[in-house]
Amino acid sequence: MALLEIDQIDVFYGDVQVVFGLSLHVEEGEVVSIIGGNGAGKSTLLRTISGLIQPRRGEIRFEGNPIQRLPPEEIVARGIVQVPEGRRLFSLMSVEDNLIVGAYNRRADEKKQQTIEEVYALFPRLRERTAQLAMTLSGGEQQMVAIGRGLMALPKILMLDEPSLGLAPLLIRDIFDTVRKIADQGTTVLMVEQDVRHSLSLSDRGYVLEHGRTAMEGPAQQLLDNPHIKTAYLGL
Amino acid sequence: MLFIIEDTINGILMGSIYGLAALGLTVIFGVLKVINFAHGSLLMVGMYVAYWAVLLTGMHPYLSLVVVVPVMFVFGYLLQDILIKPIFKSEKEVREPITVIIVTTGVWYILDNLALLIFGPQYRNIQDNPLRGKMLEIGDMMVSVPKLWGFFTALATALVIYLFLRKTRMGRAVRATSLDRDAASLQGINQYRIYNIAFGMGTAVAGVAGVTLVPFYNVFPTVGVLFDIKCFIIVVLGGLGSIGGALLGGMIIGVIESVGPQFMTATWTEAIVYALFLAFLFLKPSGLFGVKYDW
Ligand SMILES: Nc1ncnc2c1ncn2[C@@H]1O[C@H](COP(=O)(O)OP(=O)(O)O)[C@@H](O)[C@H]1O
Ligand SMILES: [Mg+2]
Repeated sequence: MALLEIDQIDVFYGDVQVVFGLSLHVEEGEVVSIIGGNGAGKSTLLRTISGLIQPRRGEIRFEGNPIQRLPPEEIVARGIVQVPEGRRLFSLMSVEDNLIVGAYNRRADEKKQQTIEEVYALFPRLRERTAQLAMTLSGGEQQMVAIGRGLMALPKILMLDEPSLGLAPLLIRDIFDTVRKIADQGTTVLMVEQDVRHSLSLSDRGYVLEHGRTAMEGPAQQLLDNPHIKTAYLGL
Repeated sequence: MLFIIEDTINGILMGSIYGLAALGLTVIFGVLKVINFAHGSLLMVGMYVAYWAVLLTGMHPYLSLVVVVPVMFVFGYLLQDILIKPIFKSEKEVREPITVIIVTTGVWYILDNLALLIFGPQYRNIQDNPLRGKMLEIGDMMVSVPKLWGFFTALATALVIYLFLRKTRMGRAVRATSLDRDAASLQGINQYRIYNIAFGMGTAVAGVAGVTLVPFYNVFPTVGVLFDIKCFIIVVLGGLGSIGGALLGGMIIGVIESVGPQFMTATWTEAIVYALFLAFLFLKPSGLFGVKYDW
């Protein structure tokens, strides 16, 4: 049984359909990338999994149970945690408060002192900035807080929406290294990216999303070698 | 000269009570992002609860807080949960849900008319309470004791709310929701529950303001209307969603109201208050404290 299983979902904004009969699955312990250009529907897919939008048709199962009708807080409580596109930190709250809010769900709340130490161990820079307001951080630091906040929820699966967006190349490398580290420590990762090369090279498998449909899927290395992906996404 | 100082002090004291009432409005606005037009009516309800609690038991007016605060919290919580939440849900994608404003206006009319039906139009006050008419003499100046109690209650309430928002799990969730609803949902925070809690808090604070008024003010069904407009003006003056701003804005209005009549007729002081309000709307819509919703 897959940890997360998406079965033929259709998603609409009002009358406009943006996701068409999409299916995918993520096994426990995997790192899976979803790649695709702007407007392909990647964020919509993650928002749907998180329960911010409900699919009009199809089913989403987590640990075998349908979750597509659950509210976002219940989905987080089950262990599906999203780090949204553009970080979406609580701008006027301190770094520490942002992290603590990440541990809002009951399961995580009990262990938050321990988890925050783990987050600071992963991102030592944040420990020096605990009292600083999130809005005053650099882009790279903000992404660290966003990922740290996600980890505070004790995810069974961590979903990252374009973690490299807007970062300098050197920082992008750091962020992807961190994602790898998180995966190696046992967290399942579902990552949406436009940086195809980096994301696929640290993933086990990938899906290519085009106009709200899966255009291709397979082992990451196979996708990296694929001629269509080479021309369309890697500019080779 | 002395009378100006005296009026200023009494103005600050009365203004802090306005600020306290506005604090409730600002808490609700900070989270729901809609102006609650029923706020004055909630204050009215709080005053009646306090009035009856004191009248029936003979307790000290301020002891009625132990009744008023929980009753008003639950009242506000349920009001939001039963009446307002369904509209929020159906207008999820709307930035400024105008229907919510319409509903709060409806609540205003219903509450005021219910009060009229149940309690009648007469002005009520608690004649024998230990605070009524008490004055503190400082040199040649007279300071109103019940307003002084109101002043300290306003400060204490603001402090309690501040600490709640800063130091507790639920308080942080309220702040997070006020800053970014969707991001808060993604942290596992039930938005609608937070709206209920914020509305309950705002209503409880309106109730506290009601308690501070009962020792020296008349209770009648439309008493809230007098405070409604002041609260809006204060909240704009102080910056929408700001705690310190609400208190300071209240005190400014209080001072203008009490010192102004020494120099001009009372209608003019009202004109000044409105002019100040408009000036802020045009020149500094973020209010005195500048930052958006800084708690
Ligand atoms: N809130 C919204 N309302 C209406 N359409 C939207 C909304 N958000 C995204 N869309 C549309 O849905 C499509 C997919 O968007 P999105 O999921 O953000 O793509 P991606 O994350 O892959 O760039 C786009 O055509 C976009 O314009
Ligand atoms: Mg996107």
